[in-house]
Amino acid sequence: MKFGIVVNEGPYTHQASDSAYNFVKAALATGHEVSRVFFYHDGVNVGTRLSIPPQDDRQIQEQWSALAKEHELDLVICIAAAQRRGLLDRNEADRQGKDANNIAEGFRISGLGQLIEMGIQADRTITFGD
Amino acid sequence: MSKVKKFLYVNRKAPYGTIYAQEALEVVLIGAAFDQDVSLAFLDDGVFQLTKGQDTKEAGLKNFSPTFRALGDYEVTKLYVEQESLDERGLTLDDLQDIQYEDEDDDYAEKPSIIVVSRAGMADVMADQDVVLSF
Repeated sequence: MKFGIVVNEGPYTHQASDSAYNFVKAALATGHEVSRVFFYHDGVNVGTRLSIPPQDDRQIQEQWSALAKEHELDLVICIAAAQRRGLLDRNEADRQGKDANNIAEGFRISGLGQLIEMGIQADRTITFGD
Repeated sequence: MSKVKKFLYVNRKAPYGTIYAQEALEVVLIGAAFDQDVSLAFLDDGVFQLTKGQDTKEAGLKNFSPTFRALGDYEVTKLYVEQESLDERGLTLDDLQDIQYEDEDDDYAEKPSIIVVSRAGMADVMADQDVVLSF
């Protein structure tokens, strides 16, 4: 089955991104396909490479980046939600005249259309939120 | 072009206090460009999103409630509101905005977009969907 995944809550405050991560890992391990993971609302904060969680805690962003690399996952951060919350890639930082970017490896910033397209193309769309 | 899917956007949160309602509406507006079969559901505190007379000036927040009346222009014409959620909050249909759309199959007659359904009816609406996005 082809899954589309939505993550609507930020890391650490909520368990949503952990649950989504575990679901994606389990789905891939059992031969399913994950066409895209779309990060919305505070979920976009999963994609910052500047978070420094305590060493004895899970490294949520690094987990996602590693999983994306291993399985060529498409991790999409919503641009509208990202701009509100200060998540930028190099292009966006340049375009908006900002002096830094913070997007982590394996993530890309794109529009809400990617969420709808995922819903159209996936067999099942699953939301992880509050 | 793949087949048209039935999308349901489920609104469960009050319009202000958190950003869920506002960002859900942004998804609906973008999604309208994809020519899918779109419905909205309002339940729990989500029914407050449709109340009339919202005034956010003192709170310093953007009042996005007028956008619901424009949804008909985006061919978003099915707004399911759960009766029990209204009842539990002391609301009736009269407390909600009068949201209409022009039915192009009926000489552009103006028709109400809000459809009040029971909790059991809402479950049927959800079961009938291809994609349910919950906010």
